[in-house]
Amino acid sequence: MSIRTVTFDAIVVGGGGAGMRASLQMAQSGFRTALISKVFPTRSHTVSAQGGITCAIASADPQDDWRWHMYDTVKGSDYIGDQEAIEYMCSVGPETVYELEHMGLPFSRFENGRIYQRPFGGQSKNFGEGGQAARTCAAADRTGHALLHTLYQQNLKNGTQFYSEWYAVDLVRAGDGKVAGVIALSIETGEVVFFKSRATVFATGGAGRIYSSTTNALINTGDGVGMALRAGMPAQDMEMWQFHPTGIAGFGVLVTEGCRGEGGYLVNKDGERFMERYAPNAKDLAGRDVVARSMMMEILDGRGCGPNGDHVMLKLDHLGEEVLHSRLPGICELAQTFARVDPVREPIPVVPTCHYMMGGLATNVDGRAIRLSGGHEGEDQFIDGLFAVGEAACVSVHGANRLGGNSLLDLVVFGRAAGLYIEEALRQGMEQAEPSADDLDQAMSRLRRWDASEKGESVADLRRELQETMQNHFGVFRKGDLMAEGVNKLADLRERIASARLDDKSQAFNTARIEALELDNLLEVAEATALAAQGRTESRGAHSRYDYPDRDDENWLCHSVYDPKSGKLGKRQVNFAPRTVETFQPKVRTY
Amino acid sequence: MKVSVYRYNPETDREPWMEDFEVDTGGRDLMVLDVLAMIKERDPGLAYRRSCREGVCGSDGMNINGRNALACVTPLSEAAPGVLEGRKPLVIRPLPGLPVIRDLAVDMGIFYEQYEKVQPYLINDEPAPAIERLQSPEERAKLDGLYECILCACCTTSCPSFWWNPERFLGPAALLQSWRFLADSRDRATEERLDQLDDPFSLFRCRGIMNCVSVCPKGLNPTRAIGHIRSKLLERAV
Ligand SMILES: Cc1cc2nc3c(=O)[nH]c(=O)nc-3n(C[C@H](O)[C@H](O)[C@H](O)COP(=O)(O)OP(=O)(O)OC[C@H]3O[C@@H](n4cnc5c(N)ncnc54)[C@H](O)[C@@H]3O)c2cc1C
Ligand code: SF4
Ligand code: SF4
Ligand code: FES
Repeated sequence: MSIRTVTFDAIVVGGGGAGMRASLQMAQSGFRTALISKVFPTRSHTVSAQGGITCAIASADPQDDWRWHMYDTVKGSDYIGDQEAIEYMCSVGPETVYELEHMGLPFSRFENGRIYQRPFGGQSKNFGEGGQAARTCAAADRTGHALLHTLYQQNLKNGTQFYSEWYAVDLVRAGDGKVAGVIALSIETGEVVFFKSRATVFATGGAGRIYSSTTNALINTGDGVGMALRAGMPAQDMEMWQFHPTGIAGFGVLVTEGCRGEGGYLVNKDGERFMERYAPNAKDLAGRDVVARSMMMEILDGRGCGPNGDHVMLKLDHLGEEVLHSRLPGICELAQTFARVDPVREPIPVVPTCHYMMGGLATNVDGRAIRLSGGHEGEDQFIDGLFAVGEAACVSVHGANRLGGNSLLDLVVFGRAAGLYIEEALRQGMEQAEPSADDLDQAMSRLRRWDASEKGESVADLRRELQETMQNHFGVFRKGDLMAEGVNKLADLRERIASARLDDKSQAFNTARIEALELDNLLEVAEATALAAQGRTESRGAHSRYDYPDRDDENWLCHSVYDPKSGKLGKRQVNFAPRTVETFQPKVRTY
Repeated sequence: MKVSVYRYNPETDREPWMEDFEVDTGGRDLMVLDVLAMIKERDPGLAYRRSCREGVCGSDGMNINGRNALACVTPLSEAAPGVLEGRKPLVIRPLPGLPVIRDLAVDMGIFYEQYEKVQPYLINDEPAPAIERLQSPEERAKLDGLYECILCACCTTSCPSFWWNPERFLGPAALLQSWRFLADSRDRATEERLDQLDDPFSLFRCRGIMNCVSVCPKGLNPTRAIGHIRSKLLERAV
């Protein structure tokens, strides 16, 4: 089978914040770089990020220190964030935020002309001793939009070569396992092309669509993680899914934590500000896992609001029209459009909603994908030619629970770091892996399978069933027997999806084919999530089990590593060796 | 309720046509995008773009009962009077004025090209400080109503001047972005930017018809931005 090949020094799959920060770095280096994205880059999910990018630029508080931010992030991660990576992110952060500003990002401002910072959950001063910190840099409540458009504009300026509306189908690997590029499909024409390159960067974002209720865009189907798992590569900490406290009930659309940062709070049906009971100090700005669980307890204890008692309320009206319209204009718009309430007058009905994938492809600080075999401890080995950044990666700065505003920082810090590393590696003569015709053929097998399908179930039905399974069996609270049932359902779904049908085989703008290919990836991510959740027999961060309610540092102060070949869960050491500060030792985590 | 959708598949259709679907919404005031998703479950071949489903990514601009809008934030009750109650069909067509690739997906190429022409990025070659460049809240406030554009093309494809001169008139979206950078206290390329617009077509084809303002789903006002640039150009001329 012959296939057109285009050759680059590096390709980036994904045009969100992480992908475009990486491509920008490489475009500036002069190496031939292509960015492949299944949507026009500014339509990537990063555009939805609202509240801001957390970083100790010492604007709101001139005393602020990146080490305090580091402490908060380690604590937030429930101690399975890698301290070397967190140290890197928090210390390099200010430089990357200033770069964004110099690129033109329209941050909101304080009177003195510096970047506006707002309080966000889990942020403290002086290693948890000095009260709430305001550390989240914001462009009103449209920070992701401002960031993504700014990065797109800079990529235009620097001549990045875009392949917009191209869909990456699978990795191409040479016989020895080295990554040689990807097979991708032009959505507009249906043409299939081999993108051959020395470095392949996955910046494919999250996979919130494995759940039926999510804040994530419809395109967040975990394609990068899915492609890697299919290629037999491992994924780390996949049980760790963040449920955001404030998804608009019934719609999943997010209202930012910045609402609580600006002074909003949650109330139950009695009008009680219940977070005072669960987190006496931080209250509504405790870690997201803590707030989401508290909300669920209120609901389960019969103090939820509405006719079905299935949500709580986010109260904002006391902040006044002026603050709401200047600081949270997008939230006012969303609340009106979806919940049909005006937050200036009424509270917004909210419920914990699937939001963020803390797990993903394990990488080091340079974005290099780590190869692990089950149960492996010790020295990392790398997958030649493959890199991952952003939500698809697990570097891991978020551990078991991400702090608000830390994802955008993760995107730009590690997108840039990967770009810098690849630039240097290319200069040092990084080699191109040479796949055989068979290798290419293998990477095309999925396309062939769908195109040959005639009978079987429909993609939409299977997707719905998969999402409901995840929602019902792997939600905020988890239980062994319920998860075992879920795992069985997924095994059944795997067989049925393998023989599902694609009706439409046409070439031009065939979105049915894309949705079919996405379904395969949803399944891979869902299964990794399920097996990892079942395997981690403790409660930590976002992973909360009725049958194992306590954190178990003796056995589980480690990353979980899901091996798709055996279906088994292994462990990997957490890095406790930052370079310039002392290790933050695990403590009981309270807010 | 009845939904009438524009169909065109270049591989099988010689001409575009309208297909009618009967959809049971149970009387709920769904978003138009939800209705399209229901149709797509029955006919997976229906092509349209969507991503965020909350009005921030700009993917699903389309023409709904004669008006350009984002399907994901247009409830049936706002599509047109009578649609929600089933008294009138919901009529969905692609954005006008751009070539159709398939069904509701249009070729946005020319729209993006016009955007690129205005150099939509900050230009400032002065050495940057070690921290951010300072900007007062008042200076920053000048960017409100400009930077929020999501490039959905609802405005540009409703502009008669653009229909007539899509290659030469930049269109409201691109001009709004041009002003976004002209208005930025940090930008240093005012003259260069104005030089580029100073011809009879790029900007001066705007006839102030204001279609762009009335359709913008983000409530932005390209006409006003065009007015600001126009005055700058005229000021310069005297
Ligand atoms: C509603 C919401 C609000 C948020 N607010 C904040 C916030 O205030 N602060 C914060 O720090 N974080 C926030 N987050 C989290 C943060 O926005 C995301 O984690 C982050 O944007 C992910 O960026 P990314 O670059 O990794 O991926 P994305 O922005 O999701 O981009 C993924 C890219 O990959 C491409 N892609 C995927 N699969 C393929 C394929 N098969 N072929 C080709 N291309 C492909 C897509 O086209 C897209 O360009 C928020 C998240 C949500 C859901
Ligand atoms: S005001 Fe100008 S840009 Fe807007 S629709 Fe009218 S002619 Fe077009
Ligand atoms: S100005 Fe408004 S209508 Fe025009 S592209 Fe931007 S957001 Fe869309
Ligand atoms: S789907 Fe993003 S704007 Fe409608």
